[in-house]
Amino acid sequence: MIRLERVTKIYAGSSVQAVDNVELEISEGEICILIGSSGCGKTTLMRMMNRLISITSGIIRINGQNVMDMDPIELRRGIGYAIQQIGLFPHLTVYDNIATVPRLLKWDKQKIDDRVDALLDLMQLEPDTFRHRYPRELSGGQAQRIGVARAMATDPPVMLMDEPFGAIDPINREVLQDEFLKIQAKLKKTIAFVTHDIHEAVKMGDKIALLDAGRLIQFGTPEDLLVRPKNEFVKDFVGADRALKRLDLLRVRDAMMTNPVHCHNGDPGAKILERMIENDLNFLLVVDDQHCLKGYVKLENLRGHHGPVEDVTRPMTLTVTPDQNLKEALSKMLTYDIGIVVVTDETGQLVGFLNTATMVSVVGETYDEHGGRWGKITADGRIL
Amino acid sequence: METWRFFALNWHEVLVLCWQHAWVVAVAVAIAICTGVPIGIWITFNRRAAEIVLYVAGVIMTIPSIALFGIMIPLLSIIGQGIGTVPAIVALVLYSQLPIIRNTYAAIKNVDPNIIDAGVGMGMTRGQVLRKVQVPMALSVIFAGVRVAVVMSIGIGAIAAYIGAGGLGHYIFMGINQSYDAMINSGALAVSVMAIVVDYIFGVIEKRLVSEGLRIS
Repeated sequence: MIRLERVTKIYAGSSVQAVDNVELEISEGEICILIGSSGCGKTTLMRMMNRLISITSGIIRINGQNVMDMDPIELRRGIGYAIQQIGLFPHLTVYDNIATVPRLLKWDKQKIDDRVDALLDLMQLEPDTFRHRYPRELSGGQAQRIGVARAMATDPPVMLMDEPFGAIDPINREVLQDEFLKIQAKLKKTIAFVTHDIHEAVKMGDKIALLDAGRLIQFGTPEDLLVRPKNEFVKDFVGADRALKRLDLLRVRDAMMTNPVHCHNGDPGAKILERMIENDLNFLLVVDDQHCLKGYVKLENLRGHHGPVEDVTRPMTLTVTPDQNLKEALSKMLTYDIGIVVVTDETGQLVGFLNTATMVSVVGETYDEHGGRWGKITADGRIL
Repeated sequence: METWRFFALNWHEVLVLCWQHAWVVAVAVAIAICTGVPIGIWITFNRRAAEIVLYVAGVIMTIPSIALFGIMIPLLSIIGQGIGTVPAIVALVLYSQLPIIRNTYAAIKNVDPNIIDAGVGMGMTRGQVLRKVQVPMALSVIFAGVRVAVVMSIGIGAIAAYIGAGGLGHYIFMGINQSYDAMINSGALAVSVMAIVVDYIFGVIEKRLVSEGLRIS
């Protein structure tokens, strides 16, 4: 746990508070995002936590202990520290980079060897391939993973991360973020995470602390900032498209409708056509005997068709799982011209679907411009 | 042709002079490294000192070598070493300071501050950052300075023959006095060959010492 009590920083020769009376608590096992535009004090705040920058006034406690009472060198060795990939030592191999802090702490060689291998495995980098590479032989994403692995070398309970995924292209950044969240779900570190990217903040943060001109403007869950921005500044910062950003936060499982209407691939076409016309359906999902999704049929394909449904079934490869977020679901939905995205579990079984109406309803339910509700949705997708 | 004949006839003496020459240069450069590198590192902590030290080293460089040898004579006569190898070594040490100090200073200063920050942030002491990060990363530029100093010292070392330090300069000066071209040529040739060979050897040593990770571009 990291506790900041009225922390203030005034740089020598300046009269401005770079950090002004910040009161903050990062609970154990949580990622707290420090965000703000450049010069807002977020990096200063983070760097005071391991005393890379001295504290002008106030107290920072890590796991109850005032950092000013600790030897700065000991303090830093006990805290994971990851910065942009550039922070890897170019003259040392991946192994030596990761072994930096273990060596400072005088671990024996066997223990370091085991730890390096375990971390490379954790980062999904083959130890035998990567152990002896130099940072310049790594891709951006690989270097970033090594940076994170190095910060985790001694399994510190608390980590400080300064835009650790900053120098990476957007696609790889998403991948790294996902991987890191998976690791974090297992390891439950207490993390102070600096970024200027609100998208990253919403995705990674259990809590977000938004800073401006050294002051803490709003501190809360990503949901809080998006749904209940405290003032105009927060509103502007999270952006007018925050309804869209909410899609990042919501899981398919919370929005999907279960038990969609479907038919089996062996069903006779003519009968299905009749049923569809009766129920005013344009298309129908098709499953096999194991309830696995096979695709969908459209009304016009069934007209004049006498064989089983599977002959005219169109495949549907872009599906989502219940754990994915609504943004991914929306993107896949837009790929097909039937206006829905189908939800399957890991084994391919049909579990539900989402359509535009459910999306609008779920996002709108928790947020709209005037604080009202857009209403509930019925099981067949109509909005009340 | 005549130069080859001279070599063939005097190869034994050439080797002796080479040895004298190399010895003076080796001692001078060894001392210069042991002083220049620490000074170069030290002045990275102190801007004012850096300015002064680099200025003084620059001024020393501008003194013509023959004049510097001349200045050495009265100064070192106090300890009875006015001529011979001692003033030669002292002069070469002084000349070598600038390239070594300047390169060390620039190389240490130029280490990416983010990398130093990573080291400090992970709990390295100032000394550990210097030993484990800055110096290894600066090594190749420091080495470049040392190589300049060595090659320069071999060249200037030839002039030291004028104050009785021996070495290959002996042939050059004697050759000039006697208008004996073959002698001048062989002295000059030997100096050049020595410079090239030593520079090459240092290149090999550099390759061994500097981390492979820094040579990948």
